[in-house]
Amino acid sequence: MTQLTLPRAESPLHHADLPALAGQDQKGGLILREERFSALVILRGPDDDPGMRAGVEGALGAAPPTEPCSSVLGDDGTRLLRITPDEWLVFGPGTQRQDLMSRLRSALQGTPGRVVDVSSGYACLHLSGEALADVLKKSTSYDVHMRNFPPGKVVGTTFGKGQAYMLRTDADSVLVIVRRSFADYTWLWLQAAAEEYGLSIAG
Amino acid sequence: MLNIYCPHCGEHRSEEEFHYAGEAHIPRPENPAELSDEAWGDYLFFRRNPRGLHHEQWYHATGCRRFFNVARDTVTYEIHESYPMGARPSVSRDSEEAA
Repeated sequence: MTQLTLPRAESPLHHADLPALAGQDQKGGLILREERFSALVILRGPDDDPGMRAGVEGALGAAPPTEPCSSVLGDDGTRLLRITPDEWLVFGPGTQRQDLMSRLRSALQGTPGRVVDVSSGYACLHLSGEALADVLKKSTSYDVHMRNFPPGKVVGTTFGKGQAYMLRTDADSVLVIVRRSFADYTWLWLQAAAEEYGLSIAG
Repeated sequence: MLNIYCPHCGEHRSEEEFHYAGEAHIPRPENPAELSDEAWGDYLFFRRNPRGLHHEQWYHATGCRRFFNVARDTVTYEIHESYPMGARPSVSRDSEEAA
């Protein structure tokens, strides 16, 4: 009899086996956690369209922000990041991956707003620790000082030799969103950049 | 290293976030079929190479992924202004000479 195999999802850093590394060294200056299987949805549409704004607010509890480089928190841990004047990235916990799309899609019916699921196209790395600023300063030309990069701010900038969206989630941590094809490069980059401070993996 | 203001991101970013995208304000000819080969060649291939004020396009490749215009001095590297596509520059050769 043939053994049935269930579909198996692999996160962008599956090959690095981060769960096995988690907890080995707890004293690192940089703490890295891969936000595995987070939901990421691209939302596009005119930022002044009342129908689209109302639809998104109904689905997520927050209207798309119009201030450059800003983000807002929605319901259930979702967050709307403004990328360009007519493009937002909706970030949500992995448990909402299916739900988020269907909610947004039905809420945007009859409006110019459009959504597409890009969850599997990106890797989300949550960085924290006392050496966070030092590691970021090596990685990007963007000024990551708190006065220029306060909590809630999101910027698209260079990261290593690649590109990343960086979101300051709170005073002590930054979410780095890179293309899935750059996940391994970013992982190697961060290991090298954090070598002098020590690197801890959170599970 | 230039420090370029992106009108869509609302702040200055370092040059490595951008790509240069050529001279700005080159209108496409209304009737290309009626153009002489020389005029069409001028439109396609020939660009100004001014000493001084230059209006050029830049692309914010790692940020908002949008094109915009910059008025820059090719001698001093001073950037006079950044303005979105479709807008007219407030700094021109004439306004500079009048000043």
